[in-house]
Amino acid sequence: MSVGVLALQGDFREHADVLRSLGSEVTLVRRPEELASVTGLVIPGGESSVMDKLTRMFGLADPLRAAVQGGMPVYGTCAGLIMLADNVLDGISGQQSIGGLDISVRRNAFGSQTASFETDLDVPALGETPVHAVFIRAPVVETIGSRATALATIADGRCVAVEQGNLLGTSFHPEITGEYRFHEYFLQKVQTAGFGA
Amino acid sequence: MTDTTSPEQVDSAAQFGSSRVKRGLAEMLKGGVIMDVVNAEQARIAEDAGAVAVMALERVPADIRSQGGVARMSDPDLIDSIRAEVSIPVMAKARIGHFVEAQVLQALEVDYIDESEVLSPADYVNHIDKWNFTIPFVCGATNLGEALRRITEGAAMIRSKGEAGTGDVSEATKHIRTIKGEIARLSSLTKDELYVAAKDLQAPYELVAEIAATGKLPVVLFTAGGVATPADAAMMMQLGADGVFVGSGIFKSGNPQERANAIVKAVAFYDDAKIIADVSRGLGEAMVGINVSDLAAPHRLSERGW
Repeated sequence: MSVGVLALQGDFREHADVLRSLGSEVTLVRRPEELASVTGLVIPGGESSVMDKLTRMFGLADPLRAAVQGGMPVYGTCAGLIMLADNVLDGISGQQSIGGLDISVRRNAFGSQTASFETDLDVPALGETPVHAVFIRAPVVETIGSRATALATIADGRCVAVEQGNLLGTSFHPEITGEYRFHEYFLQKVQTAGFGA
Repeated sequence: MTDTTSPEQVDSAAQFGSSRVKRGLAEMLKGGVIMDVVNAEQARIAEDAGAVAVMALERVPADIRSQGGVARMSDPDLIDSIRAEVSIPVMAKARIGHFVEAQVLQALEVDYIDESEVLSPADYVNHIDKWNFTIPFVCGATNLGEALRRITEGAAMIRSKGEAGTGDVSEATKHIRTIKGEIARLSSLTKDELYVAAKDLQAPYELVAEIAATGKLPVVLFTAGGVATPADAAMMMQLGADGVFVGSGIFKSGNPQERANAIVKAVAFYDDAKIIADVSRGLGEAMVGINVSDLAAPHRLSERGW
């Protein structure tokens, strides 16, 4: 069994490379039958409005919702976090999400690309060494419901990483900085869940 | 609109405008279609059709070609109206070497600057020193040496040049094949041969050695110029492009909405001929094309830049 990476648009190859270097077999997922063959899924960075559109056009949105509800471990970065949020603020008109995380996410919360940045973040769940995080036209988690837990906040106090059961989401992109701990954390969830086994 | 915070409020230790951050946005655009738009209405159609970004400009290349004259950066009002309409990234073009147009575009807070041969060059010797900017740049290239010179000047994304505004994909094909072929050749060279390769490419040795080792550019490579159909776009992806710019091909066609939608789907499923066949049905007329071989050399935009 292998771990999936949603491969409709975005930096899915970077995620696939990280997962492979951690010893996972990887399936790029663009069709329902590919989703049905994986034990967990990463939703990459990219443009959330495009991923939303393509998942609906190609019949993946409902299978994705069913997988999340059925307990499949899913990790979303940036656009992926938006896809996993129950509520999306500042989406394009008609934008939907898969949902699962009991949070409201504001899309593109920092403004245009000139406000994109990188910084070090404390993420206690991953140990003492800070995570070097790259935020690119990034979303933030604006409200966190009772079922979700914040894993990290930026200096101004806004939440940028969350967890809820088998779901994990970050506003930033560990896949492009050589930071493997989030993927390891996610793979532990995949192993424990034994989804689809 | 977005509830934005000034960068300084976020984190005093945060770094803005680093290469990682600049190149990162291009990485997020991969597998996507960037569409030329000349007004807010077209920008809306592009966003609704699934564009990953729009290129705001006053005239699409086909009109620049037919109307002639000096083509410059767009009016800030036009760029603002497009930024106000959509929430996907907005790019805008500056003339080659015109660093003040670039300063203006940075002040307008567009997301990416295209230092573009589609506009009339402002400097026939120097390109913009792109390291001086917080905003990232995409630049065109017809071959690997040109791509590496642009990266050395600070470009955070490369697009292979086609012949913009023609609907003739042959130049785009030639240039993406050339760049990919030259990268593959570098990978086959021994270390002592790379010194000469760097000299021939007129690019720094370190960059050439890095590409020989990794087998790819250190930045995202899109393709542009002459893409008019879903099959054109999918071919560019199969030839190794990370994504596609479509200029005149959408809004100079019979049914822009349908065509935009179809090209987005064809790029996501570029290796699935059945899907490309399905999305190619009933799109109406493609843009009226001009064969590149019929263009007199002074009218070939891809030959601008060096």
